[in-house]
Amino acid sequence: MTVPSVAERSATDTDSPPVLAVRGLWKVFGPKAQSVVGSTLTRKELKEQTGCVAAVRDVSFDVRRGEVFVVMGLSGSGKSTLVRCLTRLIEPTAGEVLLDGEDVRKADDRRLRELRRHRMAMVFQHFGLLPHRCVLDNVAFGLEIRGVSKQQRYARAREVVGLVGLNGFENSYPDQLSGGMQQRVGLARALAADPEVLLFDEPFSALDPLIRREMQNEVIRLHHEVGKTMIFITHDLSEALKLGDRILIMRDGELVQVGTPDQVVGAPADDYVRDFVSDIPRSHVLTLRWIMRPPQPGEALDGPALGPDVVIRDAVHAVLSADRPVRVMDGESLLGVVTSAEILEVIAGGQHQ
Amino acid sequence: MTAVNVVASRVAARLPARKYLLVVVIALWVAGWALLRGRDTLQLGGAELTPLHVSLSEGMDAVDDSRNSNPFFLYFINYIRLFLDEAVTFVQALISQPSFGRPVPVLGWLGVVGVATAVAFLYGNRKVALLTAAGFLSFGVLGLWQESMDTLALTLTAVALSLAVGIPLGVWAGLSDRFHRVVTPVLDFMQTMPTFVYLAPLTLFFLIGPASATVATMIYAIPPAIRITAHGIRQVSHETLEASTSLGVTSAQALRHVRLPMAKQTIIVGVNQTIMAALSMATIAALIDAPGLGKTVLKALQTLDVGTAFNAGLAIVIMAVVLDRVTSAASRRVEAERRAGRQRTVLGRRLEVAGVLGGVAVLGYLSYTYVWAAEFPIEANLGSYVRRAADAASLWVQDSLVTYTDALKNLLTNGLLNPFETLLTDSPWWLVAAAAVAIALLVGSVRAALVTTAGLLVLVLLGLWQDSMVTLASTLVATILVMVLGVIIGVWMGRSDRADTVLRPLLDAGQTMPAFVYLVPILGLFGPTRFTAIIAAVVFAAPIAIKLVAEGIRRVSATTVEAATSAGANSWQLISKVQLPMARSAVTLAASQGLIYVLSMVVVGGLVGAGALGYDVVAGFSQHQLRGKGLAAGLAIVVLGIVLDRVMRAATERADAAAHGGLHGR
Repeated sequence: MTVPSVAERSATDTDSPPVLAVRGLWKVFGPKAQSVVGSTLTRKELKEQTGCVAAVRDVSFDVRRGEVFVVMGLSGSGKSTLVRCLTRLIEPTAGEVLLDGEDVRKADDRRLRELRRHRMAMVFQHFGLLPHRCVLDNVAFGLEIRGVSKQQRYARAREVVGLVGLNGFENSYPDQLSGGMQQRVGLARALAADPEVLLFDEPFSALDPLIRREMQNEVIRLHHEVGKTMIFITHDLSEALKLGDRILIMRDGELVQVGTPDQVVGAPADDYVRDFVSDIPRSHVLTLRWIMRPPQPGEALDGPALGPDVVIRDAVHAVLSADRPVRVMDGESLLGVVTSAEILEVIAGGQHQ
Repeated sequence: MTAVNVVASRVAARLPARKYLLVVVIALWVAGWALLRGRDTLQLGGAELTPLHVSLSEGMDAVDDSRNSNPFFLYFINYIRLFLDEAVTFVQALISQPSFGRPVPVLGWLGVVGVATAVAFLYGNRKVALLTAAGFLSFGVLGLWQESMDTLALTLTAVALSLAVGIPLGVWAGLSDRFHRVVTPVLDFMQTMPTFVYLAPLTLFFLIGPASATVATMIYAIPPAIRITAHGIRQVSHETLEASTSLGVTSAQALRHVRLPMAKQTIIVGVNQTIMAALSMATIAALIDAPGLGKTVLKALQTLDVGTAFNAGLAIVIMAVVLDRVTSAASRRVEAERRAGRQRTVLGRRLEVAGVLGGVAVLGYLSYTYVWAAEFPIEANLGSYVRRAADAASLWVQDSLVTYTDALKNLLTNGLLNPFETLLTDSPWWLVAAAAVAIALLVGSVRAALVTTAGLLVLVLLGLWQDSMVTLASTLVATILVMVLGVIIGVWMGRSDRADTVLRPLLDAGQTMPAFVYLVPILGLFGPTRFTAIIAAVVFAAPIAIKLVAEGIRRVSATTVEAATSAGANSWQLISKVQLPMARSAVTLAASQGLIYVLSMVVVGGLVGAGALGYDVVAGFSQHQLRGKGLAAGLAIVVLGIVLDRVMRAATERADAAAHGGLHGR
């Protein structure tokens, strides 16, 4: 299966209102959590002075319809708490979570259940399957609890089981399946309800590297096929870069940077992010836009043309084999030129920055 | 209280080497005993009563008199008693007693064997079904069919009621942290109370007979049902619950589709524990005239008829084994079905069930209609042979092993028991009390010392100081023996897989036996003395202690052991410097559990000549003027239990803290 590279991602809808908007979200664990909201103390000071831990502090972001939005951070950075706050598996301390403009925090129990049953579904790190139910019954569980008839829910469950490639395992039990297959069940269960937003909480961290890659490709394929909005939590930068249309980087509960993969790699917001992305081969992430320069007077401008969003890695051959500078064109207008000098600098410099 | 605690424990931690202080306390005590022996010992003869005992008796008489006038009895207790009596009588009418105008019960032996085998087959497997059939037939062969069915009726009724109460409460305790916090100390208390002490107070409310026996059995059998159900509900994977919540389940759906199915196997383990506890108590309830095998054993014990006691004890053991195996198989079956999926089609299962039920119906009809299938054939009764054989074996053992048994008896009696008992009973009571409080403070905590002070004062007030000290001496001696066995065998089992494989089934079997049965073979071996009670207690309590120690040794990190071995430690150094110190908290836990088991058995030993508090309680059952004293003795046992439990618990906590370096840091 070919993996689409970053630049060829389906364009997300940037104009229409966000499907999910988070505004000033706080989650504080500890006594008198409410009084900590708005505090600017560091994590350590906060712990010493109030006994509280602010797992999420003042985080705001928008998720556009149809995009894969990755939240990345090291363990303890608050990313899992953040995603649980979105469906109130953990009750946020302050802020707003707007799902299509409706504040999830204001929903009563019944409304919250409605939202969970129809609009948002989650995939968990350790799968969270029901060991006493076979695959089909696990996948149909979400439909069963909202009262869908047996016939209908099995029909839908079979469809989704096929979609995630589990045909023939409908009657197996979770502990008869490998980790990767169990996570496919988890994925199918989340898809069965046909939600608008899929939440993934480090879904592949418990899998071994080969299976992990296979599952990442599976998510990309599913994203192409069903076009859901996805919010994806991970601590693995290469996973984030591979899957994310945009990436949110968290540290100690705070938002450090939001941007597309090439923005994060090409223009890190601070030393923390810079350090983080230093091991990533820049040529695999950055596009020509990041290295092009204005044409110098007298330079030949009749070389081959490439778009500005072509990833450098994919342009290496064309640029190095051309005997003239490659033009970076946005439609008819000339944005700049790229020569082997720029390419080689990225490839050589990018490795040991 | 906590502030005092903290300060005191800081002071205590700073005191140089509490070990030496402990030696000093004991030395002072022995010195005090030498100087003051025989003074202030608060002796009280067997039939002597204190004013408190008399007024307790009068109080009990007053309760008896008000049974039909006091509204509490009229509208509450009497109804419960009626209900319980009727429930037991109904089950007895089905399987054990002549009923409904017939000379035989509704289901004769053939029908009962059929039903039991069918249940074992449908919920367990073929093997336990065979075992069940053989076991039930053996009741008849031992000549104890009716007694066995009486015990079974009482046990099943109590189990059904215990589960009906226990499982819902367990689910509640599993769901609600608050209820869990409230109910845990209550269950702790119910389980640390020696079984035998609440019999007398119960008869006051529910009269002698099945109702009291049922309530007593329920008190003993409900805690495991609640505890294990709650544990099962609590251990359901957090992430699975979270996943269900994220799909939008209601709390009722989460309970029904997630928690209960995932806890099912654990709950069945709880059912197993409940049944075993109920059977154990149903036999002890013979003391308050509960029908069944227990009564046969009790009568035989009182007349020192080893053969009869052995015969009936054997039937109890068989019943315990059958009930245990069937419920264990049922629990394994749940697990296996979960793993392998439904093995057969629904239709196949239905056909199987229909076939089995049809067979049972035929057997039931036969046993309802024909005398040969209703009354167990007398020709098949081999009970008298078993009795005679056991008698002969006991005689032979007593005659030919008398040198060894006497040597052991004398060694332990003179070497361990007598010094302890003399020290405890001949010292002035205030000296013993002061020493005990000091010891509680040194090995435990300030809180434990306060509980000890209060407890000892209550013992004095109850007028049973000396009897309590005699019981305490036996308990401590038995506990020491239990711990010697526990550490030696536990370390062996913890270190050797082969020892574990061989011994574990024996220990498991030992733990499923009803307490009562232990007295029989030991009585056969040592005759009726306090020593018999001590040995019975050791045999009863050793399995749990051994298991806990073995588990502690096994939990010691393999890397640490490897590191010590690679540093050149030999086996003895490995055990004494690495494994035992690291398993210290398990060893203390074993001691505290062992102590509680021992206490409950030592008082049962009152039946076979152990005297002291156990005898006072038993005498209270049989002699009307002694019932006040019996009640006081029961209270004294509870107080002893609480004091010992608290001190041991504090010692365990201290060991835990020390193991984690807590006390050094402070």
